Amino acid sequence: MKQLLRTLAPILVVGLLGGWMLAAQAESLDTIIIDKGYDKQTKIAVVPFLQGADLNGAPPLADIISADLARSGQFAPLEQGNMLSYPTDRKQVFFRDWRILGVEYLLIGRGRANGRGGFTVDYQLFDVFNEREVVAAAVSPSADQWRSAAHQIADKVYESITGIRGAFNTKIVYVLGENAAKSNATYALEIADADGAQARNLFLSDQPIMSPTWAPDGQQVAYVSFETGRPAIMLQNIKTGAREQLTAFKGINSSPVFSPDGKQIAMVLSRDGNPEIYVMSLADRRLRRITRHHSIDTEPSWSPDGKHLLFTSDRGGKPQIYQLDMANNFVERLTFEGDYNARARMLEDGKHLIFVHRRNGVFHIAWMDIERDDVRVLTSTSLDESPSLAPNGSMLIYATQSQGKGILAVVSMDGRVKYRLPSSAGDVREPAWSPYMGDLGTR
Amino acid sequence: MFYQWIRSLALASLVLVVAAGCTSGTRTEPVEPSVGPTQTPDRTPPPVDTTPVSSASVDSNGNPYFPGTSRLLPRTFYYAYDRANLGPDDLAALEMHASFLRDNPGRRVIIEGHCDERGTREYNLALGERRANSVRRFLVSAGVPGSQLETVSFGEERPEDAGHAESAWGRNRRAVMLYR
Repeated sequence: MKQLLRTLAPILVVGLLGGWMLAAQAESLDTIIIDKGYDKQTKIAVVPFLQGADLNGAPPLADIISADLARSGQFAPLEQGNMLSYPTDRKQVFFRDWRILGVEYLLIGRGRANGRGGFTVDYQLFDVFNEREVVAAAVSPSADQWRSAAHQIADKVYESITGIRGAFNTKIVYVLGENAAKSNATYALEIADADGAQARNLFLSDQPIMSPTWAPDGQQVAYVSFETGRPAIMLQNIKTGAREQLTAFKGINSSPVFSPDGKQIAMVLSRDGNPEIYVMSLADRRLRRITRHHSIDTEPSWSPDGKHLLFTSDRGGKPQIYQLDMANNFVERLTFEGDYNARARMLEDGKHLIFVHRRNGVFHIAWMDIERDDVRVLTSTSLDESPSLAPNGSMLIYATQSQGKGILAVVSMDGRVKYRLPSSAGDVREPAWSPYMGDLGTR
Repeated sequence: MFYQWIRSLALASLVLVVAAGCTSGTRTEPVEPSVGPTQTPDRTPPPVDTTPVSSASVDSNGNPYFPGTSRLLPRTFYYAYDRANLGPDDLAALEMHASFLRDNPGRRVIIEGHCDERGTREYNLALGERRANSVRRFLVSAGVPGSQLETVSFGEERPEDAGHAESAWGRNRRAVMLYR
């Protein structure tokens, strides 16, 4: 039986992979290139899941899970061709098969139609050296949720081994620009899985789209659209597609960002003659002006406790990052190293920032310890901008350029893991990483 | 005198258009979409010329010539990196634009501000507004009523040149006057 499995599994895998490639959407972001990883990576084997004929159309789940774990830089998944056996059930697991390959963790699983129009995938994670089952769980996707199910399994594996909640089952929104500087230029607001797959269009325009940002519930995005020829802040439900205009004042309407409780949006308006930070209450749409300064004040973002607003201002002559205390409007300058620091986002601990930092004339993404005033450049690309944190704070996604094209890239918070999400469709930019999306249940 | 005649003709045409209950069908320019409920109240409806201007002072798109010539006044003004001040060479042309706008109070101008791709997008949106405002301020101080002028910044979102070197950046740091 084991011999038979060894013979059949690669055929099964190749067949499924081929089917998945055909099903992949043309506009999805392209193959991910891993630039870097950790020296010591956890060796894991993700065995091809048992996916019978009743799972027709499902992508190979093990491939998606392996790719997720590999992208984190913390795992080195064993190539399927190097496996000595392909167990899909606890009874088929022989730990010595994995020990001799140096595998530390083993993931197996099997899917089945659950008879109610949906599917169930059971999976188990084993600690090979201790010959111990670490996780035994199940997930029940519908026919269009296969990739989410795989990402959710990867999240569970990641958390079980690292102790950190996984962020694979999340989304990104970003702007796709085509035919820049031509009369047929188009601008698209796109949404995709965090790995760039399953991209789809949320809004398409022949005028610029800017600054997409997520509501903390993961159900809505706000962004700036120039569809009328002037900027307006829009709110859009990602499921229904319903759109609503929040502001269209004279002048700039830009940089929307939701408060952590989702009840307010900070934004930039120049309706009073100069770009200033405002906060809109979503319940009654009332606006409160926050900054009063003749310089440029822009790019607001909230501290995780909602008590402070970070923003960029050139009140000191050059763009620097400031922090405003919402209780007393006290403003404090946070960045001093370099002559261009902008568009800050604060980490969940309230003690660190990520932002755009110019060094030697080149724009990078940097990390800063606020109390120690310690700045570290995380990226080695150029024209880097728009950093957005993964909900677990382990990585950030940003926009950069490669060979004259706008691409998305990801870097870990220590700068050691890097990968890229290019698009063959055009220039991609302004990525925003979603909050945690709801997990699929088990039926 | 001649300009007053043009203006009267334009206003008369507008009255006719309104009377006919058709505000857009006869326009040669696309109608500007409304900014919404927050639009400033002082912005009167634009009395756009509905007749081809036979004067030699403007081209067929209504863009003004250097007076007495058939050479167009420059309508795009370029800026140094991270700067929003007009160059000395721009001022003579802007002075002539101001004169044309004073003489043609029915004409409106949208002033676009643009940036190169360096720096963050939202900051560049603010910088683009500064550039547009530098043109607006000059025209207003030269006697053009603010109601004839509107500014809109596109930041780095609508480059003139899609390249990624100084040759492209220099072309993209600009303010553009669009006559309506």
